[in-house]
Amino acid sequence: MLQSRFKMPSRDELKKRMDKIPDNLMKECPICHTTFFSMRMGKQRTCPNCGFGFRITARRRAKITFDTFDEMDADVTVPDQYDDKKYRGKIAKAKKVTGIKESVLTGIGSLDHQKVAAGIMDPFFIMGSLGSATGEKIVRLFEKATTEKLPVVMFTASGGARMQEGIKSLMQMAKVSQAVEAHSKAGLFYLVVLCDPTTGGVTASFAMQGDIILAESHALVGFAGRRVIEQTIMKQPPKNFQRAETVLDHGFIDAIVPRTNLKQTISQFLRLHQREASHG
Amino acid sequence: MAKKTAYQRVQAARDSHKISTDELIRGLTTDFFELHGDRSDGDDQAVIGGIGLLKDVPITVVGIRKGADTEENIKRHFGSPEPEGYRKALRLMQQAEKFHRPILALVNTPGAWPDVDAEYHGIGSAIAKCLQVGMQLKVPYISIIVGEGGSGGAIALACGDKVFMFEDSIYSVLSPEGYASIMWKDSSKVQQAAEALNLTPEWLQENGIIDQIIHEYHSGENLGPLRDFLANQFNELANLPIDELLRQREQRYRNF
Repeated sequence: MLQSRFKMPSRDELKKRMDKIPDNLMKECPICHTTFFSMRMGKQRTCPNCGFGFRITARRRAKITFDTFDEMDADVTVPDQYDDKKYRGKIAKAKKVTGIKESVLTGIGSLDHQKVAAGIMDPFFIMGSLGSATGEKIVRLFEKATTEKLPVVMFTASGGARMQEGIKSLMQMAKVSQAVEAHSKAGLFYLVVLCDPTTGGVTASFAMQGDIILAESHALVGFAGRRVIEQTIMKQPPKNFQRAETVLDHGFIDAIVPRTNLKQTISQFLRLHQREASHG
Repeated sequence: MAKKTAYQRVQAARDSHKISTDELIRGLTTDFFELHGDRSDGDDQAVIGGIGLLKDVPITVVGIRKGADTEENIKRHFGSPEPEGYRKALRLMQQAEKFHRPILALVNTPGAWPDVDAEYHGIGSAIAKCLQVGMQLKVPYISIIVGEGGSGGAIALACGDKVFMFEDSIYSVLSPEGYASIMWKDSSKVQQAAEALNLTPEWLQENGIIDQIIHEYHSGENLGPLRDFLANQFNELANLPIDELLRQREQRYRNF
């Protein structure tokens, strides 16, 4: 009886029904491979099973982290001297996708009534690569923080140096390091949050220069690219190699904090580093 | 002699007959004493460090070096330092600051050593520390790219008050092979990559990345003129008040 009521739909009918299902309704976590209804990621965009923080735009991160955020240097962008057509195309696309003009969003944020200079790298802007304007925005952020005696919070997410800008990109590592050190010498607090992925020249400079270095769960954190390492050792690197948990085990990260607890943790660290009025 | 193409320059920079970091140290300084170890984990053979006299002035020398033969090259990973190497250099540079010794950094590396242990031992962190501390060392600090200056592994020790390059040397964000493979997914386009990277000393000097080109010295050649040149450079820097020295170094990198 049941059979008569439940008829197998025709091929065309099936296709029609399938087309009605929106794309990306289900999501698979790249870390624990759980498949889940994408709504369950929530505003924070985390895996409901293992807590992995999916890559998010800098604008979204500003929104979920800070109570208020006043953007700085919004118009600082890739210099015109880089006129390669393919590169210009990438920049145009990146601007559209991220709503910012370089791979880092900088500004003054507030968190539980505490003021902080904040930099947020955007993994969707040419892989969050370190262009000369990226370095410029970060340096200006540190300079402002040093002048105004503010702590800095930096969310890193980057594939490393920006190949299209060549040696100028490499120079940003030195330029930013200088600004970080000047801020540090002024006795000010610098907190880093390593997000997925933090690699290359960013890892080898300001990502590893924080007074306190936190990481999001399971974030990829490393220096050399996986393929380059495979070619060197002629085999597959071990499982969980270059994951935040492994880097923590080796002593290069202070703590791993799931994204859902980050706001509270950052707020707590800012409070712990507030300079008493009596100490100037 | 016709000007070399970018790729010929790459080959010249990698030539195994090129003057080595060790020879330069021996030729430039007297009474050089090599100092080993990073005081925490090991002693990387790819980095040499020590104290010597440059025309009677004590200086600290740190250098990234390739090997003279296969055996040495394997030990030194063909001039690719491990984190321990950068930590050794950093230790010696901080010691130089304590005793007001100028620092000479010699760089010949295709890049930091890309393997699993280097990652476990914090290669990124080690380079980051060299940059952070290097920017504020209160002593004159001169870097010379001798052969290859590859990527983050090179800039770690190339962030001095002055950066010079040998005529047959290259300095780039990535090796031409790596660049070709990332940009065009074709590592055989090395020649085009070498052109695109603008890695020649001439281009880099024109664009203010380096300060001056040093003419090529060959193995066994008298290094007297280079010694005089460096002594003069150190002198000029040493005559600056520390605040001014640091301000100028800051400005040098702030402009990039």
